[in-house]
Amino acid sequence: MPVLSEQIRERIRAEFPKYPDRRAVTLPALHIVHDELRQVSPEAIREISELLEIHPAEIHDTMSFYNFFREPDRPLGKRRVWVCRSISCMLRGGEELLENLSHKWHVGPGQTSSDGSVSLEYAECLGACEGAPCILVDDECHMNVSEEDVERIVGKQ
Amino acid sequence: MPSFEPVLLARIAKPNSAKLETYRADGGYKALEKALGMPPADVTNMVKDSVLRGRGGAGFPAGLKWTFLPKDHPGPIYLCVNADESEPGTFNNRILMELDPHQLIEGIAIACHAIKSEKAFLYLRYEYGRSYRVLDAAIKECYAAGLLGKNILGKEFNLDIVLHRGAAAYICGEETGLIESLEGKRAWPRIKPPFPAIEGLFRKPTIVNNVETLCCVTHILNRGSEWFKSIGVPPDPNNPRDMGSYGPKLYCISGHVNKPGCVELPLGVTARELIDEHAGGVWKGRKAKAVVPGGISMGFLSADELDTPLDFNGPGKAGCLGLGTAAVVVVDDQTSMVDVLYNCCRFMSHESCGQCTPCREGTAWMTKILERIRAGHGKMEDLDTLTEVAGSMGIIPGTTICGLSDGAAWPVKNAIKKFRGDFEEYIASGRRSVTSAQELMAGAH
Ligand SMILES: Cc1cc2nc3c(=O)[nH]c(=O)nc-3n(C[C@H](O)[C@H](O)[C@H](O)COP(=O)(O)O)c2cc1C
Ligand code: SF4
Ligand code: FES
Repeated sequence: MPVLSEQIRERIRAEFPKYPDRRAVTLPALHIVHDELRQVSPEAIREISELLEIHPAEIHDTMSFYNFFREPDRPLGKRRVWVCRSISCMLRGGEELLENLSHKWHVGPGQTSSDGSVSLEYAECLGACEGAPCILVDDECHMNVSEEDVERIVGKQ
Repeated sequence: MPSFEPVLLARIAKPNSAKLETYRADGGYKALEKALGMPPADVTNMVKDSVLRGRGGAGFPAGLKWTFLPKDHPGPIYLCVNADESEPGTFNNRILMELDPHQLIEGIAIACHAIKSEKAFLYLRYEYGRSYRVLDAAIKECYAAGLLGKNILGKEFNLDIVLHRGAAAYICGEETGLIESLEGKRAWPRIKPPFPAIEGLFRKPTIVNNVETLCCVTHILNRGSEWFKSIGVPPDPNNPRDMGSYGPKLYCISGHVNKPGCVELPLGVTARELIDEHAGGVWKGRKAKAVVPGGISMGFLSADELDTPLDFNGPGKAGCLGLGTAAVVVVDDQTSMVDVLYNCCRFMSHESCGQCTPCREGTAWMTKILERIRAGHGKMEDLDTLTEVAGSMGIIPGTTICGLSDGAAWPVKNAIKKFRGDFEEYIASGRRSVTSAQELMAGAH
């Protein structure tokens, strides 16, 4: 059984005409797979490499450069909550927010809660400094958030 | 100062500002129509005459950069729109993309006509999910209306725009890191020359421009280069190399102010005016201790330097690296510069791509030294070590490939020179400000 469904493969193939070269589809393909499967396994890398007609090591090399894609040892939870720790958020309580969520949910930054509902992460500047402290839930930004706001947004106590 | 009407942000408060219909009702795509009636070289000359300088951080004149493309190249030539916006404190590109995407698309189309490109890649940082959805919808509207695709506006001009999402790495904003990342490789900046205009994306001639730069292009076409030069600061007559700082600029203000936000003003407003008149002053009735003039890479202004004009020359005269992204971050007088500098160094160490040893090791060591100081184990000699390490890394001393390391060094140099007392007092008192959050983060990744 292949790891990538036909539907995922179709979405990856749909990226091909946009670029003069298939290797450029590496990041789009990784995003498609990662969004869907919450991790990118060596098997998934091999299947992507067949679609892109490049060596799996090239895909792994690129993927490992970004601290973004999770491998099977640390799959993502249902939702990924990034708390900004850079300067403007730090000046307005971002680090305390991360600390409090971490204690409350019993999840360290980089880890996933035991019920699999959230992965907590620290982020560098999210480009929403006017709303510090801010968080990103998957790829939606929420500004000026308190601990209670985050719990409400994520639906986790 | 004569009253100034926003141009780039003129539409953002209008209902449905992101929709093609409202954009056209406000005169949108007239500038493109005008540009398509002109030979490409004339469009480039118009932008050159306006002395529009890049808004992404380096301030290089956009029109001049376009003329570096090889003449009569058979193509393809590419435009990369730099929407990686990740310099801490900076968020103006996000506002432009979320609230007025057609202003940007029009600028992209005009630039592509000028440089004879039929394909633009918009490299968008992953975190800008909302921008992605807004741009995606706007691009679809354009294809449906004949504003993208083949024979745009009935003219012999074809253009496709591809939205390409990053994966949360600051270095993808460096133009050649961006190109490598787009090609599907690790975002390791390239050694220059060759510059992208000669050999860029997929080894083809490539222009990289920032989102705000391209939005300015739309208005230069509409209103002319003289209009653009009527705004901002003319060249310093005592500096033959100064090209002036013309045009409107989006200033981001955040940190310890009452009203953080993004304002559009003529280039050259002072840090003090921005804080007091546009951001409601420093919060809690306090005073500013330090102000970042243009993203953390540019270093710090001290409280005595707040009358520095934030044009392309001002911050440099005050010992900062430059205007950068014009993102102003205010630090109040109750905050220790030890904590602020640590935050800057930790960012740079996290984001260094690791290719150049002075940058990879230097950013890591500076962060470790500050960690040790913050754990109560600092020594006075540490301050000289920090300055020495900072002095050894960067394009300026010639030891690294890209400017990330200059941006890592500058806050260290400025902080220790301008706020040495803060560091000495901290070390002498044996204070500790490591929080459990930092201990938690040290264990992650
Ligand atoms: C480490 C680093 C990060 C950068 N990040 C960005 C960025 O996020 N956005 C941007 O437009 N320019 C960024 N730049 C500047 C680009 O290299 C380039 O100068 C710019 O995109 C050119 O466009 P402009 O002339 O329109 O400003 C960065 C430079 C460095 C050294
Ligand atoms: S200076 Fe730093 S970020 Fe830039 S290429 Fe070298 S190691 Fe990478
Ligand atoms: S510092 Fe947190 S969003 Fe910019």
